[in-house]
This record gives sequence, C-alpha cells and structure tokens, in this order.
Amino acid sequence: MKTFVRQFLRQSLWTLLALPALARADYSWNFPEPVTPIARDTLKIHNEFMLIITALFVVVFAIMIYSMVKHRKSTGHQPAKFTGPKGGLQWFWALLPFAILLFIDFVLMGIPAVHAIIEMEDTKTKADMVLKVTGMQWKWQYEYPESGVKFVSTMSTPREQISNAAAKGENYLLEVDNPVVLPVGKKVRVLLTSTDVIHTWWVPQFGVKRDAIPGFLRETWVQIEKPGTYRGQCAELCGKDHGFMPVVVHAVPEPEYLAWLDKKKAEAAAAAGSGDRTWSKDELMAKGKEVYDKQCVSCHQANGQGIPNAFPALAGSPLCNSEWQTKDGKLIKDSHVDRVLHGKANTAMQAFKNTLSDVELAAVITFERNNFGNTMGDMVQPAQIKALR
Amino acid sequence: MTTSAAQTAHSHHYFVPQPSIYPFILSGGMFLLALGFILKMNGFAPGPWVMIAGAAVIIYVLFGWFGKVIAESQGGDYRAWEDKSFRYGMIWFIASEVMFFAAFFGALYYVRIISVPELGNMVAEHGVTLYPGFTGAWPSSGPKGPEFTPMGAWGIPAINTALLLSSGVTVTWAHWALLKNNRLHLNLGLAATVLLGFIFLGFQAYEYYHAYTELGLTLGAGAYGATFFMLTGFHGFHVTLGAIMLTVILLRCLKGHFDSERHFAFEGVAWYWHFVDVVWLLLFVLVYWL
Amino acid sequence: MSVATTHPGEHHEHHPSGILRWLTTTNHKDIGTMYLTFALIMFFVGGIMILAVRAELFQPGLQLMQPEFFNQLIGVHALVMIFAALMPAATGFANWMLPLMIGAPDMALPRLNNWGFWLLPPAAILLTLPFTLALFGIGDGAIATGWTFYAPLSVQGGIGVDFAIFAVHILGVSSIMGSINIIVTIFNLRAPGMTMMKLPLFAWGWLITAFLLIATIPVLAGAVTMLLTDRHFGTHFFNAAGGGDPILFQHLFWFFGHPEVYILLLPVWGLMPHVLSTFSRKPTYGYTAQVYSFIAIGVLSVIVWAHHFFTVGMPVPALIYFMFSTMSISLPLAVLFFCWIATMWRGAMSFETPMLFALGFIVLFGMAGLTGLVLADVAADAQYHHSYFVVAHFHYALFAGGIMGVMTGVYYWLPKWTGHMYSETLGKWHFWLTVVSFNLTFMPQFFLGLAGMPRRIPDYALQFAEFNAISTVGAFILGFSQLLFAYNIWRCVKGGEKAKDQVWESAEGLEWQLPSPPPYHSWETQPEIK
Ligand code: HEA
Ligand code: HEA
Ligand code: HEC
Ligand code: CUA
Ligand SMILES: [Cu+2]
Repeated sequence: MKTFVRQFLRQSLWTLLALPALARADYSWNFPEPVTPIARDTLKIHNEFMLIITALFVVVFAIMIYSMVKHRKSTGHQPAKFTGPKGGLQWFWALLPFAILLFIDFVLMGIPAVHAIIEMEDTKTKADMVLKVTGMQWKWQYEYPESGVKFVSTMSTPREQISNAAAKGENYLLEVDNPVVLPVGKKVRVLLTSTDVIHTWWVPQFGVKRDAIPGFLRETWVQIEKPGTYRGQCAELCGKDHGFMPVVVHAVPEPEYLAWLDKKKAEAAAAAGSGDRTWSKDELMAKGKEVYDKQCVSCHQANGQGIPNAFPALAGSPLCNSEWQTKDGKLIKDSHVDRVLHGKANTAMQAFKNTLSDVELAAVITFERNNFGNTMGDMVQPAQIKALR
Repeated sequence: MTTSAAQTAHSHHYFVPQPSIYPFILSGGMFLLALGFILKMNGFAPGPWVMIAGAAVIIYVLFGWFGKVIAESQGGDYRAWEDKSFRYGMIWFIASEVMFFAAFFGALYYVRIISVPELGNMVAEHGVTLYPGFTGAWPSSGPKGPEFTPMGAWGIPAINTALLLSSGVTVTWAHWALLKNNRLHLNLGLAATVLLGFIFLGFQAYEYYHAYTELGLTLGAGAYGATFFMLTGFHGFHVTLGAIMLTVILLRCLKGHFDSERHFAFEGVAWYWHFVDVVWLLLFVLVYWL
Repeated sequence: MSVATTHPGEHHEHHPSGILRWLTTTNHKDIGTMYLTFALIMFFVGGIMILAVRAELFQPGLQLMQPEFFNQLIGVHALVMIFAALMPAATGFANWMLPLMIGAPDMALPRLNNWGFWLLPPAAILLTLPFTLALFGIGDGAIATGWTFYAPLSVQGGIGVDFAIFAVHILGVSSIMGSINIIVTIFNLRAPGMTMMKLPLFAWGWLITAFLLIATIPVLAGAVTMLLTDRHFGTHFFNAAGGGDPILFQHLFWFFGHPEVYILLLPVWGLMPHVLSTFSRKPTYGYTAQVYSFIAIGVLSVIVWAHHFFTVGMPVPALIYFMFSTMSISLPLAVLFFCWIATMWRGAMSFETPMLFALGFIVLFGMAGLTGLVLADVAADAQYHHSYFVVAHFHYALFAGGIMGVMTGVYYWLPKWTGHMYSETLGKWHFWLTVVSFNLTFMPQFFLGLAGMPRRIPDYALQFAEFNAISTVGAFILGFSQLLFAYNIWRCVKGGEKAKDQVWESAEGLEWQLPSPPPYHSWETQPEIK
C-alpha cells in the first residue's frame, strides 16, 4: 500500500510531465488495423463520422466563441432584444442547422450505416465453415461442428503476473492456452451461445462484437484477410473474472489450418479411447490436478478454500466427503458427482458434463475427494461417468 | 411580467399542512420491511421478525396519516383548489400503476411473440438447435419446463369478469346516488361493490389452489406460469387494496362523510377501482382467452 | 399551528426546531435544502468509490482490490451518482425554485413531498449496507453486476442484488411521489395569469421530466420485481429453459434507462436559458421552440431504448429502426443548442461563475451529444459498445452535462437561497480546475475505447497503460477540486456579502422579486401575471 502510494505520486508527476510528449509518441489513437471486410467498413464509417462531428463541433463552437469575444459587456456591447427569427433570412439561418442535421443523420451517416448493417448481419450467404463459440465463466469453448473438434480456451497469463509478483509478459492478459485457429480468406460463420451468463465475443481487428446468450444462439461472421494472431476480450460483464477472459485467434493459410485440424482430431480420438480403460489412482490424481488448475481454480481457489459467501470451499465440503452413488449404483441427487456433472441452477456452478470429457470429470472428482485434506480414499472411473451420461 | 399583490384568483389560501412526522416514520417502516424481506429470502433468522416490525410500523402510519387527512377533510381544510390537486395527483398515480402493469404485459408479449418462438425455431434460423423436439407453441413452459395444463377462460375467469364488471356498475350507481344525496342507495351501491370485490378474490384464491394442485400450473411453470401468476397476482393484490379502500369509504359513508359537492376520496377510490377493472379486462383477453 | 388553518394568512415561521424541524417539515424550501444536501453528500460518496477504482486502474496488475470488489464499486458508484446524487439534486432545485418561479404558496402536496425525500436515505443505506455486512461475514458484498442489473448475472449474484432491488423500489416510489407533486404543482398552483406558454422553461423541463419518470420508473420496478422472483421464487422470465429470455431484461431495463438520461438532463436544459439570458442581458431566444423540443425529446426518448444493446443480435429491421429513431433525437437537441447560442448572440455577456459553468456545459455536453450520435450508428457501435468510448461518452453527458449543469444552478441560485454571495474567486478556480481535470480524466478514455479496452475490467493489457495513468491523475485532481465547491457553499451558507433581492442585474422572473433569502412562506398571496 505504501509503495503503491509512493509509486502513484511519482508516476503521476511523470505522467503530467510527459503529456506533451505523448501526443507525438507512436500511439494508437484509433481503431487497430482492420483485417476483415466488416472491420474495414466500420473503420471507414467511424473515420467519416468523426470528421463530420468534428466539423459540426468546430463550426458551432466557433460561432459561440466569436459571440463570447464580440458580444461582451466589458467591451460595451449593447444587448439586442430579439427573441426569435423574423423575416425570411433569419428563418433561413434558424432552419439551416436543422436541415443540415437532418441530412447528416439520415443521408450522410444513415445510408452507409444501413449498408454496413446489412453486410454485417448476412452471416449465411456463401459461408465456408462454421465455428461454434460457447462462453462460460471464464473461458471460451470452441467447436468445429463439421469435424467434431472441440476444446476449451483459457487465459494463460500466470496469476503471479496479475498480482505483480512477476514481471508482466508482452501479451499480458491477452494470451490463452488453446487459441482458435481459422483459415485465412474463408468466410467463417460464427455461432455463439453461453452456458451461464451473457458474454460477448470481441476481436477489435475483426470489427465483430456479438453477445453469447445462455440458452439462445446468435450469429456473426468473419473473413480474415491476413495471417496473424489477433487478440480480443470478453466485453460483457460476466462476473469476477470478466477481465480475464481473452479471445485469441490464429489466422493461418488453409493447408496449415487443415493440418492443425487433423492433429486436433487425432488428439481427440486418443483421449476418447483412454476413457475406456481403467485408470490408476495416481493417474487420476495427476490428471485431476491438471483439470482442476484450469477449470476450477478461478472459483474454488488453488487451496480449495473457495471465497467466503461466493464460492464454497471444497476442503471439508460435505459433498466431497460423502457417497455419490447408492448401493445399487444410482447417482445420488446433490452429491459430489451430481453437482459437477449437472451444476446448480442459478449459481455460477455450471454443468461440466457439457465441457469436460469422461476422463477429465472422473479425474477432477477423484482429485477433489482426496485432496485439500479431504480423505474419501475412493476413485471415480471414466467408465462410471460415461454410464451416467 | 408584473406583479400585483392585491388581486388573487383564489379567495382563500392554499392549505399547507402542519409539519408531520408520519412520512419519516413510514419510510422507516418501509426500510424495515425491505430489510426483513431481504434477510428472510437469504435465510437469515431475524428476517421475518424485522418484516413484521416494518409492517406494523407501516400499518400504524397508515391509520395515523389517513386519520389525519380524514380529520382535515371533515374539518373543512380542503376546498375546491386543494381538491383539484388531489384529483391530478390521483390521476398521475394511476398512470404510474398503468405503466407497472405495462411492464408485465410487455413481458408476456415478449415471451409469447419473441422468445418462445425463437427457441422453437433454431434449426430454421441457425441450422442447429439446443432443444431437439421443442416447437415453441404457446402456451409453453419453455423447452425444459414442467408439464402443465393452461388455465381455461370460460370457467372461473369468465365469472370473475362478470363480477368485476358488475362491481364497476355498482360503484357508478353509488356515485350517482351520492350526487343525488341519496344516502341509502349510496351505501347499498358501495356495499355491493365491496361484496363483489371480495367474492372475486375468493374465486381467484380457489383458482390458484386448483392451478397448483390439479393443473401443475405454478410460478415455476416457465414463461406461461410466470406471466400468468405475476399478472393475475399483482392484479389480485390491487383488487385487495381497492376492496380495502372501498371498505374504508363505505364506513365513512355510513358515518355520514361526503356530500354531493366534495367527495374526492370516494372518487379517487372509484377511479382506482375502474382502473383495476380495465386491467382485468386486458388480463381476461390476453392471458386467459387468446 | 392549528390557527393557521382556520385563519388563512396567519402563517408564521412557526415550526418545530432542531432535528425535528427537518424530520417533519412540509415546507418546500426545507425539503429542497435536504434534497440538495443529501445529493452533495452522496456525490462525494459515489466519487470516493470511483476514485478507489481509478487508483486500481492506475497501472496494470491488481494492486488494491480483488475483481469482485472492483465490480461492486463500479455498479454502486453509478447507482449512487445517478439515483442519489444527480436526481435528488434536480428534485432539490424543483422544490426550492418551482414555487418561487410560478408564484405558488408551496408545493401542492407538502406531506407527500416530505415523504419523497425521506425515502432517499433508507434507499441509500440499502445500497451501501452490503459493503458493511460483508465485513461481518454476512453476504459477499454489494451488487456486482454494474448498474444495469443484467440477468442472468444478477440472478446468479449474492445478497447485494436483493439489497439493490429494494433500493431501486424505494427510490422509485420516491421519484414517483416527487413527480406527481411537481406535475400537480405546475398544473394547479401557477399564479393567476401564468399560462402554460408563460411558464418558466425550467418548469417546462421539469414537467417533461416528471412525465418521463411516471412513464418509466414503474417499468424498472417491474423489471427488478421479475428479477427478484427469478432469483427466489422459481419464475423463468430471464431463463431460456422456461421460455424466458435474458434480453427481455435488457428491453425492460433500457425502456427505463434511456429516458432516464433525459430525466437527468431535462431539468438542466430547462435551467440553461435562464442563466444564459441573465448573463447575456438579453431575453431567451426561441421560447416556443424550446418547449416543443422538450416535448419532442420526451416523446422520442421512450422509443429508442434498444441502442444500448445493438450487439445482442437483433433482426436487421429492428437495428435500422432503433438507429434512425435514436439519431432523430439530435434534431430537437440541435434546436436547443441553436437557441442557447442565439440567446447569447449580440448580447452583453459577462462571465460570472454560473455563466462559466453554463458555457462549459454547452461545449462539453456538445461533445457528449455528438459522440452519442456516432454511437447510434449500429455498425460503428459494434466497436464502441462496452468499450471505454462509451464510458467517456456518458461521463461527458453525466458529469459535464448533469453535474456541471447542477453546479450552474447552484451558483446561480445560491445567493437567493442563502442571502449571501458565494466567493467568485473560489468559484472561478473551481470551474477551471473542474474543466481541465475533467478533460484530463475522460478525454483519454475515448482513445482507450477506440484502441479496444473493454469497460468494467479491473486490470488491462499493457498497451492501455499510459492513457489509464493519465485518466487516474485527472480523476484525482477532479475529485479534490470538488472540495472547493463544497467549501464555497459552506462559506456562503455561513455568511458573506449580502445578496440583493435581484441577485443578477438582468435576471427575469418572479423568484427575483422575493427577498434573498425568501421568507419561510413565500407567495402566500399569489402574484398576478399580466
Ligand atoms: C445524461 C446522459 C446522456 C445523454 C444526454 C445522452 C445522449 C445521447 N446518447 Fe448516450 N449514454 C448515456 C448517457 C447519456 N447519453 C449513458 C449513461 C450511456 C451508457 C449506459 C451504460 O451502458 O452503462 C449511454 C450510452 C449510449 C449509447 C449506447 C452505447 C453502447 O453501449 O454501445 C448510445 C447509442 O446510440 C447513446 C446515444 C446517445 C445519443 C444519440 C444521445 C443524444 O441525446 C445526443 C443528442 C445531442 C446531440 C446530437 C448534440 C446536439 C448538437 C449540437 C452540438 C449542435 C450541432 C448542430 C447544429 C446546430 C447543426 N448513448
Ligand atoms: C452522474 C453520474 C456519474 C458521475 C458524476 C460520475 C463521476 C465519475 N466517474 Fe463514473 N460512472 C457512471 C456515472 C457517473 N460517474 C456510470 C453510470 C458508470 C457505469 C457503471 C457501470 O459500468 O455499470 C460509471 C463508470 C465509471 C467508470 C468505468 C468503470 C468501469 O467500467 O470499469 C469510470 C472509470 O474511470 C468512472 C469514473 C468517474 C470519475 C473519475 C468521476 C468523477 O467525476 C468523480 C469525481 C470525484 C469526486 C466527486 C470525489 C471527491 C471526493 C474526495 C476528493 C474525497 C474527499 C473526502 C471526503 C469528503 C471525506 N465512472
Ligand atoms: C464460475 C465459478 C465456478 C467454477 C469455474 C467451478 N465452480 Fe464449483 N461451485 C461454484 C459455486 C458458486 C458453487 C456453489 C453452488 C451452490 O450454491 O450450491 C459450487 C459448488 C461446487 C461443489 C459443491 C460444494 C459444496 O460443498 O456445496 C463442488 C463439488 C464443485 N463446485 C466442484 C467444482 C469442480 C470440480 C469444478 C471444475 C471442474 C468447479 N466446481 C468449477 C462455482 C464454480
Ligand atoms: Cu465473459 Cu465477460
Ligand atoms: Cu440511450
């Protein structure tokens, strides 16, 4: 706190001194470089409109300032008495701004806007492929329905950087473990939904911002013109870690994209196969920790203590320390496995059966039952989860 | 603009009441009621007690404040000028109530015309669906809501419509009698209105019981259940308020209050009653019938 | 005081003294004073909250608070500033000035008026209490959804949401009572001869505000009631599983929320012509045009709400409709701007503090309005939405428009209220510090938004660091400059040069014919307007 105050004062001073220099520095004063047709359109519209309103601003306030300089009491100006337009000329001057604004609103600004809207909303014509995006607290799940590839993308900036315990990397807060990969030049129809609250998928360089609404589907589209890595963020307040929910897209030439897709498919097949065998406890615990650190820490915290009154502790939780199935193998309602699989309505605890594989679910549950001081000692096998689906 | 103090349009001074502690206490009561309710909903033990305390304070103030107003009215403090203020006030209060119901009618419109069809239409729109088999037909409790039977229009609701419409007639009868200084008919008309109001409420209570026990129609029954109970529930609440106010007016009439010239309280309540009536007609058509 | 009612005209300054005077008062001036004092206090409360936020945003990384607490601060900041600072300040003006301006003995429904005020402190307590409760381990703090309560985040939220819901209910009752009172007063208590088209523009501004409040506050009340039942009683208004829709909440909220921004500014727009004409020594230009513009703004404001959520994915015709209807609001506003400038044109201007604030208001609110115009553009809004560009837009409207407008009014009327002149030197310092630091705070936010910084984030990527640092420095200067304002008011209440009845040499209107300060009961005998 004390160092913060000191730093604050020092940097404030620095900032004030540096103000004039900033204006010259190489700085982003406008939208970042557009890489889709929509983004180019939007930038053009934005630039035009900014010019128009700047012109309006300058003209209107130039008149006002002229008046303030000329018609001052201190210069002995005698006040006029008029209270409204009189005669044709005055009416003309009074109505002119109105007419100009009418023209600007509905013609100059309106027509390009309508064109842009129609283009923006046309997700279906000549779409080459579909990408399904599911927002969830606080990560994005991406799915390529045509090829069955599906994965979760979480922020990869270490927590130490956020708490200032480590130096911040170049892409601080804008980096993920599994970026989406998309082919350059293809029209990608993006379907959006969410599992919990509203999120908004936004990549500034795509000119695309669309809400992911729980229980509904929404659409938008991108056609990336240039290979590269594009970064964005969730733009709708979605709870605690709303600020830590980046979007990263790798745009690559099509062959590279296809190769990547094949690799992902192979990985998925291997993972699916691994669910059929019986896992040892050590394997489950190791895998479980991996899953926990990605999927569960943001709420239940690394030590399993949760956050009081918001996210329950798993350490010592009655659910993690009691049976989850009846003697004849039926799932007990509101048990540990039930909670993780199906979540709890109207709370942040979502149904993870839609997101995680059998192995991951079995592993993370096993991990929780035998960690943080919980000592159930039992194991949950992937096959058991599979049977519950 | 010029001013002359000599001439005034009104022959008397506008009545500015004496300082009063009631508004302050009423706010305190509302605070306690709200606080108690919040605590109760979140499972804190003192909640209900705080609520009771709040409600008690509010009831105390209502008696005191209205008692005072009635005394002032009977004492002749209110004349045509003040009366007009009250009338304007009542009109705009009712206007705000209209907008409150508009919010719920808006919600009904929205779920029925927009969201439920959209949920049923996903394949056509997006090529995939989150809810296989859901068609989006109304009445609906949504893709994952429980089974239920919607409420028919031509049983109790139709009777209730008749009841409320007749009660509209009986208040008008009472009003007519008041204007003619016919106290007997005034009292009869009012009594009949109150009676009809309470019978209406009785029927509605029965209807709710029926819905919960036999139709599976509950607050939790998706979009239909939510809009059905919130609309009819808030309406029922307003009927209750209206009936209580009418009862008070009836008692005052029996005591000989009001005359053909000055009877703002009577008229204000009668307007309120007509408003409740009109809302019911909308409910009957939009919730039960169509 | 029972004699007063039986012997009309015998009103004396006879009322309980001490605290009881304020708890029980039915006097419009006392109530106005309470509203204004409350507003000033809450302005500082809301300001302190956001200064904490700005401090957190000074540098990348989390230094002062956790994200949960950050989210609580921004939402409560907004609710406090809007509902407990700006709206009560405007209602305070109405209470103090309407009866003086229209020659009325008091507000039409004085007891209701007192109730309207005394509902505010409980509501403010409900809003902020969860912060304190959390310290004792009860609940997880205040509402953390921003001021917009969007479902389903608010369905998921903790006890703070329930507190906010009831705070909104109580604030709503207060606003409705206040509005009814103002409408009735204007309709029924005008001095004889004061026709509607002779009504001071301030009264017209408030009249439209009051209608808007009556039309929209109940819808907000309905929306948060549905939220409450979704949270605790199993309904599915905002849940797709039951056929509801989260977007329904947004429609209901913004049906209130958009008119709300005009509710906040119409009283100020009503005030401007008075100030401009006074200090230009010239009659108001285009009285009739301004009245019709107010009416047009009132009507248009309730049919444009969906421009706040263009990105939820609406059908194309809806997008186009909401875009064009939103843009049309610029037309009546252009009329207002034109009239303001034409009122100054060829006058004999002098630049006392109220005039400075009025001019600052016009320029900075002009920027808010013009950026609002581009926000209305659906295509460009896909970039601006939920970015700091919007935050900058609405602070130009809410602070430079709303708060600076209120400050204009305070400086303009303070001598009338207290009977003393405020310090012109301090006033000018306050103005210049405010304007400069305001721009230092919020101008960089336009560029942050363009560069892609989302709003409501407690931490940000490195490329946003410089602008955020500047903004924070600006915010602190801005905040501390407001202490000058409070001090100036305090000094003026305590004493100082006596103010004339006609405080400003060419001010017009009934209010200037009364002594400064006016007697406890003003216009016992109504003046007649010829
Ligand atoms: C007092 C507050 C206030 C006011 C007056 C306004 C005024 C306007 N606002 Fe603003 N707005 C807000 C407060 C306000 N706004 C807030 C709080 C939000 C964000 C809420 C949230 O999400 O939390 C918001 C957000 C907001 C959005 C949503 C942005 C988004 O989230 O994506 C939009 C979009 O259309 C918008 C548009 C407008 C428009 C068109 C006006 C118009 O009324 C402006 C009209 C004025 C002019 C056009 C200027 C007039 C003309 C001249 C200067 C003279 C020029 C002319 C001649 C004489 C020729 N506003
Ligand atoms: C009338 C409305 C109003 C007003 C006046 C303000 C005033 C200010 N606002 Fe506010 N703001 C909103 C309405 C308003 N705001 C709204 C609606 C939002 C959106 C919230 C949401 O997203 O839901 C918002 C959000 C918002 C954000 C975005 C947060 C985010 O998205 O993450 C920021 C960031 O800079 C900000 C800054 C400021 C600042 C610096 C001021 C300054 O003007 C404040 C000036 C400071 C003071 C007045 C404090 C003075 C106090 C002291 C100096 C201490 C003195 C000590 C004692 C007296 C003991 N505001
Ligand atoms: C977005 C936040 C969030 C994430 C991520 C999350 N949980 Fe939860 N979890 C919650 C909340 C909130 C509850 C409390 C629900 C309730 O009110 O009963 C909860 C409850 C639980 C419970 C029951 C605890 C008890 O004592 O009631 C278990 C077990 C659990 N979560 C496991 C997990 C696992 C396993 C994961 C990761 C795969 C996970 N959670 C990820 C928010 C989250
Ligand atoms: Cu997800 Cu914000
Ligand atoms: Cu708006």
